[in-house]
Amino acid sequence: MSSPGSETAARSPDVRPPEAGQLSSYEAASRKSDVNRNYLLTLPALIVLALAASGPLLVMLLYSFLTPGDYGGVVWEPSADGWFRVFLTRDIFDDTLRLQDAHLTIFWRSIKLSAITTVLCILLGFPTAYFIATRSHHTRNMWLFLITIPFWTNLLIRTFAIMEVIRNEGVVNNILMAIGLTDEPIQMLYTDFSIMVGMTYVYLPLMILPLYASMEKLDFRLVEAGYDLYATRFRVLRRVILPLVKPGLVAGSILVFIPSLGAYVTPRVLGGGKNMMLGNLIELQFGQGQNWPLGAALSITLLAIVMLALMVYVRTAQKTSDTHG
Amino acid sequence: MAEASTTGTGFSIRRLPGFTATAVVCYVMLYAPILALVAYSFNAGSSIAVWEGFSLHWYGAAWQNAKVQEATLLSLLVATVSSVSATILASMAALGTTRTRAYRGQMVVYAMINQPLMVPEIVTAVALLIVFALIKSMTGYQGLIYLIGAHTAFCIPFAYLPIRARLEGMDLSLEVAAADLYATPFKTFRLITLPLLWPGIIAGMMLAFVISLDDVVITEFVKAPGQDTLPTYMLGQLRRVITPEIHAISTALLSISVVMVSIIFLLNRNKN
Repeated sequence: MSSPGSETAARSPDVRPPEAGQLSSYEAASRKSDVNRNYLLTLPALIVLALAASGPLLVMLLYSFLTPGDYGGVVWEPSADGWFRVFLTRDIFDDTLRLQDAHLTIFWRSIKLSAITTVLCILLGFPTAYFIATRSHHTRNMWLFLITIPFWTNLLIRTFAIMEVIRNEGVVNNILMAIGLTDEPIQMLYTDFSIMVGMTYVYLPLMILPLYASMEKLDFRLVEAGYDLYATRFRVLRRVILPLVKPGLVAGSILVFIPSLGAYVTPRVLGGGKNMMLGNLIELQFGQGQNWPLGAALSITLLAIVMLALMVYVRTAQKTSDTHG
Repeated sequence: MAEASTTGTGFSIRRLPGFTATAVVCYVMLYAPILALVAYSFNAGSSIAVWEGFSLHWYGAAWQNAKVQEATLLSLLVATVSSVSATILASMAALGTTRTRAYRGQMVVYAMINQPLMVPEIVTAVALLIVFALIKSMTGYQGLIYLIGAHTAFCIPFAYLPIRARLEGMDLSLEVAAADLYATPFKTFRLITLPLLWPGIIAGMMLAFVISLDDVVITEFVKAPGQDTLPTYMLGQLRRVITPEIHAISTALLSISVVMVSIIFLLNRNKN
């Protein structure tokens, strides 16, 4: 696995000079064994990941090109039908091709709800991250810890908790009726609105944590300079603070947008079956739908959108580090 | 909402209008639903809307429910085995991937380790469903190994990250000193590296445990009939009439997570 060049350059934080010519044969041999040792140490984890994470994705890619079986599963005959059905459908009467409206609606709803969720998380998370970053050093950790706790608690339980709040008999409706804004409960549960509220609730810490990481490093001398030059608060926010915390803002947006797009639990619990998102459409193909190749093709489409979002993120991150560093 | 002033009444360069108020709303919003859920687990009545007095009735009911017992045992078993194996694998991988200069295949290794963090859970779940169905039809084996294998895999990055962070922040001079004093590489590892690494390993293991204990999506797709963990049992119950029993189970699960995360927080604070 190692060429003569790479084995000499294998260890980095080393006191000795790395020039190949100065190495004794003993040292060269020991560095070569270091490289081999590193591969051996990493290998078991990679095997488990290959078996239960990366490998299955490749098998799924293969399955997306097979023919669906009658009761789930696949028939081992190649077919592009799964991919065909992601966006298209064949009319049952005259056999013409049409766009699959139901799928397009679900794709659109997933992207729309994820985008709105991201914006809501920014609107709530930005001031909160700023609030934490401007606390004294003693209390800062405590405020941050209070954000970390919900982040590590069960997503299903948090979804259930928000479901309790917006139920017809829940606190929100009780308050609305008590102050006379409405006579009967407003149906919030099992709507797009409830999915959006639920996703904002469960993914908000994912926005606050990276935003805080950027704001923590914010140099307030620059803010002060802005005020000294007669900038208004809004102008300082827009021209000084926002550009400086942009990396955190972008990271937070990606961290919220990606899991929202692939959300399964939240729309299942709060959307009540009618208001499906992509995750639920995928599940349907492996449950009642009994079309595994279509389910596989839909999964890979979702994965492709996520990878695209990640690539945009990496691009932006590189651009920011180029201009600032 | 009055803003908490940090620098008296004068003009503060750190203050932005409405930000503190929004932050307060945020904290209330994050905690109120969870606290309400916990409160109703102590409700005496069977309603989840009307408060009828304090009681531990629903904890007893949940404790005596055979299905909840089974699910609890399975959850703990899967989380323990997966988090321990994931931590061992992740520790080895962290030792193998830090303190080295760029080597061939490095990007592939990182991509594989971090894959469970990047790929949406539903996609991994469906892919595992496909592969495990294939293996099941070939071998006929239905046991727990699928669940444990899947959990181990997605726990690896969560265990890996704190261990790696610990390794990278570690002072190398102690190890060099040990080697200078004729310690064998194994002895150096056992007496120097491992004790220094220990907080990272504990943190990684606890994160992996919490992640495994809380997992819904992958478990839901991988489990064989009858292999319910607490979260999948709860997911099934949410479709039926909800009693405060679910609140009691939720509260118990929440407490485990909060305790674990608090310990990790304290471990990290000692380091600084």
